[in-house]
Amino acid sequence: MDTIMNPFSSGTRLRDMIRAIRACKTAAEERAVVRKECAAIRASINENDHDYRHRNLAKLMFIQMLGYPTHFGQMECLKLIASSGFPEKRIGYLGLMLLLDERQEVLMLVTNSLKQDLNHTNQYIVGLALCALGNICSAEMARDLAPEVERLLQFRDPNIRKKAALCSIRIIKKVPDLAENFINAAAALLKEKHHGVLISGVQLCIDLCRVSSEALEFFRKKCMDALVKTLKDVVNSPYTPEYDIAGIADPFLHIRLLKLLRVLGQGDADASDAMNDILAQVATKADTNRNAGNAILYECVETIMSIEDNGGLRVLAINILGRFLSNRDNNIRYVALNMLMKAISVDTQAVQRHRATILECVKDSDASIRKRALELIYLLVNESNVKPLTKELIDYLEVSDQEFKGDLTAKICSIVEKFSPDKIWYIDQMLKVLSEAGNFVKVEVCHALIVVITNATDLHGYAVRALYKAFQASDEQESLTRVAVWCVGEYGDMLVNNVGMLDLEDPVTVTESDAVDLVETAIKRHTSDATTKAMALVALLKLSSRFPSCSERIKEIVVQHKGSFLLELQQRSLEFNSIIEKHTNIRSALVERMPVLDEATFSGRRAGSVPTAVSTSTGPSTGASLKVPSGVSKPAAAPLVDLLDLSSDDNPVPSSSGSDFLQDLLGVDLSPAATQSGTQPSKSGTDVLLDLLSIGSPVQQSSSPVAGIFSSNQATKAPSSPLDGLTSPATQPVLAASPPAASPIIDLLDGLAPAPSIPEKNGPAYPSIVAFESSSLRIMFDFSKPPGNPQSTVIQATFTNLSSNNYTDFIFQAAVPKFLQLRLDPASGNTLPTGANSNVTQTLRVTNSQHGKKSLVMRIRISYKVSGKDVLEEGQISHFPRDL
Amino acid sequence: MTIRFVLMVNKQGQTRLAQYYEYLTLEERRALEGEIVRKCLARTEQQCSFVEHRNYKVVYRRYASLFFLVGVDNDENELAILEFIHLLVETMDRHFGNVCELDIMFHLEKAHFMLEEMVMNGCIVETSKSNILTPIQLMEKSS
Repeated sequence: MDTIMNPFSSGTRLRDMIRAIRACKTAAEERAVVRKECAAIRASINENDHDYRHRNLAKLMFIQMLGYPTHFGQMECLKLIASSGFPEKRIGYLGLMLLLDERQEVLMLVTNSLKQDLNHTNQYIVGLALCALGNICSAEMARDLAPEVERLLQFRDPNIRKKAALCSIRIIKKVPDLAENFINAAAALLKEKHHGVLISGVQLCIDLCRVSSEALEFFRKKCMDALVKTLKDVVNSPYTPEYDIAGIADPFLHIRLLKLLRVLGQGDADASDAMNDILAQVATKADTNRNAGNAILYECVETIMSIEDNGGLRVLAINILGRFLSNRDNNIRYVALNMLMKAISVDTQAVQRHRATILECVKDSDASIRKRALELIYLLVNESNVKPLTKELIDYLEVSDQEFKGDLTAKICSIVEKFSPDKIWYIDQMLKVLSEAGNFVKVEVCHALIVVITNATDLHGYAVRALYKAFQASDEQESLTRVAVWCVGEYGDMLVNNVGMLDLEDPVTVTESDAVDLVETAIKRHTSDATTKAMALVALLKLSSRFPSCSERIKEIVVQHKGSFLLELQQRSLEFNSIIEKHTNIRSALVERMPVLDEATFSGRRAGSVPTAVSTSTGPSTGASLKVPSGVSKPAAAPLVDLLDLSSDDNPVPSSSGSDFLQDLLGVDLSPAATQSGTQPSKSGTDVLLDLLSIGSPVQQSSSPVAGIFSSNQATKAPSSPLDGLTSPATQPVLAASPPAASPIIDLLDGLAPAPSIPEKNGPAYPSIVAFESSSLRIMFDFSKPPGNPQSTVIQATFTNLSSNNYTDFIFQAAVPKFLQLRLDPASGNTLPTGANSNVTQTLRVTNSQHGKKSLVMRIRISYKVSGKDVLEEGQISHFPRDL
Repeated sequence: MTIRFVLMVNKQGQTRLAQYYEYLTLEERRALEGEIVRKCLARTEQQCSFVEHRNYKVVYRRYASLFFLVGVDNDENELAILEFIHLLVETMDRHFGNVCELDIMFHLEKAHFMLEEMVMNGCIVETSKSNILTPIQLMEKSS
């Protein structure tokens, strides 16, 4: 053969190219060389140059490996495959497998060549075609070429049979329907002597079992004895130099066979019984001084753990894992941890025995081992061992690597939340985590902590003092700062007066000015972000009322932010300053302590805060008592959740979240305040302030001023409230100086805020529709539009159970086309009792980006259980009223 | 057996051989190789030979200046893959005689042919060195 044509021996230019690339000092040089080469190859391709074809391809393979695009070489591969010589075909097929980018046209073109080569008289060419087919075959090719492959499974040369077996795997994976054609042939392969054929045949059986239960049954019935015998032969086989690895005959075949036995034994007591003896033999015979021996042992343990129970074998397996775990070789320890993870579901007690060793592995210097061990420990935690384990983990947090702290912190927080025996312990542990690794703690975890603190009414004083101490002791940890600032704002007086001292506490002396110092430190830190600073401002406002003596100093700190570049901080600074300065008579009512946050609402929000195109919402497990329909008044706790959710972006209304937040913050306590005082001036005064502080928030609905106070939930603003405000002496001077606009104070304080929209008294009414009705279920939709936002629609869905049975686990899902955006609030419950009077409602918010052009349309799916049986109903709703 | 890719890189992190058994775009491959190589090369000799990355488990082994990395499914037998890497190296050794980086660079297609004889569609198909090398030697003789 001509040397120019052969890339393996001649290689003049291929070698030159590789040398040139290796000589490149920089990536830019390399790119230049590659570009030049690619240009030359393209030119050569265009000239249809036969002589250089496969040298070009060899070059392209190298270039492709370096990560440059080489798609233009694909057609060259096809030409080489179609040529008659073996070397050309060989490199053509290799190129095809490497350069192919899953373009179906190319695959279609190659199908014919493959078919010819599968029927070639030269068995090496048949082998090439099988190998290529096994690596790249698509579903269509699988259907076209399956008969050829089936035939080749019986070819005389074992090297072809083994490749045909692996090729069959690809075919049945692509087209599972073809599996039954291969079952008999696969079973025949298990009786072969050639190791290559055996290993591929066993693998084919494993994959057949995965796609076809028929195959699984067949092998269980017909092949168990043969398989056990094969494994026995391999285990006891005399020295075979060809397959020997460290004195063990073909560990790869061992492992494959064990894997197939596992598949067959899982869930079948008879099959499991049949393999018990040989598994015991493998487990005792394996040479644990060699990696290959350990690999077999490892696979054997996994099989013992997976098949049906045989007490003796399980004990043996767990003991092997124990030995692995105390091995000095890190690889062995790693696989032991991996295996124990699977063993947990089989025998938790046995794994618990190794807890101390596993805990040591969490502290290992090797990141892979640490990660495995941490996941394992996480699964081992329960009510009885949570305290010592948490202590160990938190202690380790102090010394762990920075990169590991994220994972570790998340796991500790999760453990503490899940298993905390009491609240004081929870608070203590969380404070330790926050002090140690506060920067790694997720926002939701901080929110959860705050919710827990507010719920533990007898621990408020304890919590704030502990936070104060932790803040003083720790370096800058953002989330610790946030929680500390929030609590000092709320419970600052308890800090100073040592209210609610517990026996175990050391008394601290904190002056009012010390408490303000803390917040000032937080706000001045350059590492604090806008959220922290905003929280600090709120805390300062609260402290100004709790500690009148510090009021002047607080005012100074607040004023410093009036020039902040962040609108949010600037706005707060100005507003709070105005409250401190001018509205002392209502300030104390404004900044009253927050009511207890509702844990169930919070956890419900937390669970449902993943925004998706198709929103799904299930009623919280606590059920119907928890009503959170929006637009109607929420329980008083809900706005607080808004407050805590400052940074979450699932806010339904595209409002300026800051002022919304503020309004929530200040609005919350109004209802008790107003009812308690009951005096007219203070009430209307607060109302004005409520307006004053709800600057820029979009008007949600019209309601009376009193309702505005009491609902205090949405950015509800009563149109008439500014007028009420005129009677309030406190605000009169401000009002007098301003133009008689709808909300004069707003303009005064913030010229940038959008002009408040004037709400329509009654938005255009839309008729309710029966959105969906089947024999068992009716869904009614009532529509309303939030004023000032014609694109969005609030749909109140009412579900009625028309059957005579109660529905449980009721879930309503809806999907909309791209031009719509849909958000589902949680349903009022997940149980739908029978009868027309007991409904479940759910609020849907739809935003129509094509408002006026397209009507709403929606696909729905409802699933529920009737006396334990799952029911699924689906439908499409396209009869929405127009102009929604 | 579900091998997802086989990589050979030198200690500078340059790829010297890459074979993927699932389709990834060029950009994905470059990114994946970069990340994995950085992770593995930073590890010390004493640490274990397994690294979890995205949804892969990477089993790697170092031979002088060459790293062999094999990406596998999560439920694969890691120890067996280590043994497989060694078998691959021994096979190359037998063919090239003490294989080195340059052998693989200048005989890339031969390295690929060997790998092709050993692994098909992510499954190990042959573990006997002489069976693996026979077709390659036949081809050399004929040319």
